[in-house]
Amino acid sequence: MKAAVIVFPGSNCDRDMAVALRAAGADVSMVWHKDVDLPSGTDFVAVPGGFSFGDYLRCGAIAAKSPICKAVVDHANRGGYVLGVCNGFQVLTETGLLPGVLMRNAGLKYICKHIGLRVVTSQSIFTEGYNAGDILSIPIAHHDGNYFADTDQVKALQDQDRVAFTYTDNPNGSVSDIAGILSENRRVLGMMPHPERAADDGHGGTDGKAMFRTIFQTVVAA
Amino acid sequence: MTDPAITPELIEAHGLKPDEYQRILDIIGREPTFTELGIFSAMWNEHCSYKSSKKWLRTLPTEGPQVICGPGENAGVVDIGDGQAVVFKMESHNHPSYIEPYQGAATGVGGILRDVFTMGARPIAAMNALSFGDPAHPKTRQLVNGVVEGIGGYGNCFGVPTVGGEVRFHPAYNGNCLVNAFAAGLADADKIFYSAASGVGMPVVYLGAKTGRDGVGGATMASAEFDESIEEKRPTVQVGDPFTEKRLMEATLELMATGAVISIQDMGAAGLTCSAVEMGDKGGLGVRLDLEKVPVREENMTAYEMMLSESQERMLMVLKPELEAEAKAVFDKWDLDFAIVGETIAEDRFVIMLDGAVKADLPLSKLSSEAPEYDRPWDPLPAPDPLADVPQIDPIDGLKALLASPNYAAKQWVYEQYDTMVMADTVRTPGLGAGIIRVHGTDKSLAFSSDVTPRYVKANPVEGGKQAVAEAYRNLIAVGARPLATTDNLNFGNPEKPAIMGQFVQAIQGIGQAVAALDMPIVSGNVSLYNETDGQAILPTPTICAVGLIDTPDQMINDAPRDRHVALLVGETQGHLGQSALLAEVFNREEGDAPPVDLAAEKRNGDFIRANVEMIKACTDLSDGGLALAAFEMAEAGGVGVHLTTDDTATLFGEDQARYLIACNFDQAEALMIAASQAGVPIETVGRFTGDSVRFGTAEAPLDELSTLYHATFRDIFA
Repeated sequence: MKAAVIVFPGSNCDRDMAVALRAAGADVSMVWHKDVDLPSGTDFVAVPGGFSFGDYLRCGAIAAKSPICKAVVDHANRGGYVLGVCNGFQVLTETGLLPGVLMRNAGLKYICKHIGLRVVTSQSIFTEGYNAGDILSIPIAHHDGNYFADTDQVKALQDQDRVAFTYTDNPNGSVSDIAGILSENRRVLGMMPHPERAADDGHGGTDGKAMFRTIFQTVVAA
Repeated sequence: MTDPAITPELIEAHGLKPDEYQRILDIIGREPTFTELGIFSAMWNEHCSYKSSKKWLRTLPTEGPQVICGPGENAGVVDIGDGQAVVFKMESHNHPSYIEPYQGAATGVGGILRDVFTMGARPIAAMNALSFGDPAHPKTRQLVNGVVEGIGGYGNCFGVPTVGGEVRFHPAYNGNCLVNAFAAGLADADKIFYSAASGVGMPVVYLGAKTGRDGVGGATMASAEFDESIEEKRPTVQVGDPFTEKRLMEATLELMATGAVISIQDMGAAGLTCSAVEMGDKGGLGVRLDLEKVPVREENMTAYEMMLSESQERMLMVLKPELEAEAKAVFDKWDLDFAIVGETIAEDRFVIMLDGAVKADLPLSKLSSEAPEYDRPWDPLPAPDPLADVPQIDPIDGLKALLASPNYAAKQWVYEQYDTMVMADTVRTPGLGAGIIRVHGTDKSLAFSSDVTPRYVKANPVEGGKQAVAEAYRNLIAVGARPLATTDNLNFGNPEKPAIMGQFVQAIQGIGQAVAALDMPIVSGNVSLYNETDGQAILPTPTICAVGLIDTPDQMINDAPRDRHVALLVGETQGHLGQSALLAEVFNREEGDAPPVDLAAEKRNGDFIRANVEMIKACTDLSDGGLALAAFEMAEAGGVGVHLTTDDTATLFGEDQARYLIACNFDQAEALMIAASQAGVPIETVGRFTGDSVRFGTAEAPLDELSTLYHATFRDIFA
C-alpha cells in the first residue's frame, strides 16, 4: 500500500501518523503542502493533526486552499481513501469532502486526555476491525473539536450509517456526541481522536492499532 | 527623530546605578549615545549579566563524564549513549507572566524551546513549574487561567508534549507569580551547534519573525521590583506566535543539516543586542550591523528600539557564504523572512549603523567582560525555632485536608489543557512523579522531574536546596531512571537585601552539595531575582529539573499497585513534621526546621530501588504529605484501596527524606527485605493494597469518596 501523509507547515502529528502507517506495513511518503500532485500510485492519503497554518482563525481554512488539497480532493473524488485526524478532520470539512464544521470546544478550553470512543459502524475499511458498539480508549487533543451539522445533515449521517464514532462522555459539545464521520462512499473518514497515539505497546493502550491494520489489509487486498 | 539627552534620570530609568554609569564612561572615554546607553542597559541588567549571582553560580558542580556541554551556551548537553544527546534548560518568565499572563507564559515556553533547537536539538519534552498566590487572592484565578492557557496555546501548537511540572499556591506569591519553563530536545552528540562566531567578513543572517517595538526594555523590567505602577509595564511584554516558531524550528534544523551554519544564537532577552554580542564575544570577533536591513513590522523604528526589541521567534546566525543558495532554499520553503544584516569584523568593536549613520561603536568584548559583578553582602539565616508540639489528629481528616488543598489535589485540570502525547512517544503523562518519553526509534527512554519545596528553603536554605535536588533524584529513581544531570531556575527576591542574598547563597550551597553527592551536575540554568512587590519577597524557590535515562523498558517502573500487593516503606521514618504540608494545611502553621537531607542515604536507597526494579511493581517517592499522601496517590492510581497499620500522625504525615513507598507481590516482599538489609537500607512492611477504602489504623474512608475530592478541588476553585 502506498500511503501519503500531507505535511502543512504547522502539522505536528505527521510523523506520528507515518509511524503508525509504517508499523501496519504501508509504504509512506511525506507530501509537502506546496506540491500539486500526490506521488503516483498513492492508494491512501492521511491528513494529520497539528495547527496547519497556525489556525488562529478558522482551523484548517487556509490549509484547505493549499495546492495539495486540490489533489487530495481529486483523489477522494476518484474513490481514493482519505483519513483526516484532528486538524486533518477540520481540513476535510473545510474542503467539503465531509459535511459539518468543528467549532471551539463547549468548555472553551483545550482538552488532552483519553476518552471513551464508541464504534458506531464497522462498515468501513477504517472500522471493520472493530464491532459496532465496541468502546475504545483513544486520546483526544484539541481546542476546536465541537462537531456541528444541522439537523438534516445529522439525520442523513445517521440514516446512511455514516457516523463512525461517538463519544461515550461528550467532552466538547459535539452534536449527537459525534466524534468521527464517513463520506457517502465510506472511503473518507474524519475523526477528532488520535488513533495513532494508541497504536503501540508503549502508548499504554493499543485500541487504535486495528484501524491501521484493516486499512492496510483492505487496500493491499484490493 | 533626535535622541534624548543623557541625563541622570534617563540613566536611572535604564536601571543603571551611578557607579555603573561611571564604569561605562571609563570604558568608552566619552558620553554614550542613546543607543549605546540602551545596549549597556541590556547587557548589564541582572537578567542578562547575572551580576549578583555569578560569583555563587561558579561554585556549582557542572562537570561529569556524561556532560558534553555545561552552562554558558543556550542549553546544557548530556550524553545518553549511542551517539545521542539530550539538550535541556529551564528559564523563568515570571515578571511578564504577572503583567500579561497569557502572552507572558506563552513566550516563556517559546523562549525555552528556542534555546533547545538553537543547539541543533528537536524538542521532545516540556515541563513547567508554576507558583501562584493565595487561591483566594482576587488576582490568582485570572493568573492561573491565563498562564495555563498561554503555556498550552504555545506548546500545543508548536507540538511538544508536556510531561510534568509543578503548581503551587502560597500568599508570598500574591504579587509575583513564578512561571518556570523547561524544555528538552534530542540531538546527535556530534552535531551540536554553538554560538561562537568564526571567520572575519562572514555574513550575519537574521531569520524569523519581523522586528517590532514589543518587549523593548523587557529584560530591564525583569530586573526590577514591582510596585503599584506595574500595569503600565504591559507594553514591555512580548507577543508569541507558535506557528512561526514551529516553522523557525523546522527551518533551523534543516539549515543545520545543509552544513551552512557556522554559529547560531536565538534572540531572547535583549534581542539583537545580546545575541550579536554573544556570537562575537565567544568567537573573539567584532560585529557590524546595518539596521536598515533588519526586517521590521513597524515604521520609523529607531536604532535604540531595534537593538532592544524582544520580538519573538527570531534567530541570528553566521552562515557559510558559499552555501547561501542552499540556505535561501530552506527559508523559502518555510516562508520565513531572512536578511543579511551585517558581518563579522576583525576589530573588537560592536558597530551599529542605521542608514549610514553610526548609532553605536563600542568595544564588544568589554560589554560582557567588563560587566559589573557584585559580591553582595549576605546574612546567614538564623536557625529556625524548634517545632512546638503537634497534636494527634484523625489521619483521614488530615488526608482530606490535603486533598482539599489545590497544592496537593490532582492537577488534571491543568495538564488536560496541555498536549501531553504529541509525537506519540509519551510513556508516562504528568500527574504523579516523573514523566517519561521514549527516545524515538530506540529502546531508551528519558525521565523528567521538576521539584522544590519553598517552605523548606525559607526555613533552612541549605537543607531546602539539598531537598529540591534529592526530591528530583527520587522521582527519577521511582520510575527506574538513572539520574543524569540537572538544570536549575533560581527564583528569589531582591539580592540587595542581605537576608535575601543569604537565602540565595545558602540554597546554592545546598544544591551544590546534593548534585555532587548524587552525581547529577548542573548543566544549564537561569536566575530570576527581584521577585518582590512593595518590598514583599516570594518564598525562595530554586526549581530543580532533573533528567534521567532508562536504558530498556525492563528497567522502567511504570505500573500502579494491584489488589493484594504489599506496601513496603524504604528509608528511615522519624516523623519530621517541621514545615510539613500537614502543619501548613491543617494547623496553618509554618514552623520548625526543614527535614534534614542525608545525601549518603539518598544515594544508598536510590541505588537499592534501581537494583531491584524487577521485584517492584509500583513505586513513588515520599515528599509533601509523607506516607499518607503517597499511599493514597498510589492507591488512587491503581484503583485499589490501601490499608496501613499505623494511625500515628507523625508517622503518616512526617516528611523525612530518602524514602519511597513500593508495592510488590506478596511472595517477593521477603526477598526485597533481605536485599534491603544486605544493602544497609531500612525497609518495613507498612500495610497492603486491597479493598476499596483507605484505612490508617482504624480510621477509614471509601477510596471513591477521597478520589472524588482529590479530582474536584482544583476544578472547583479555578474552572
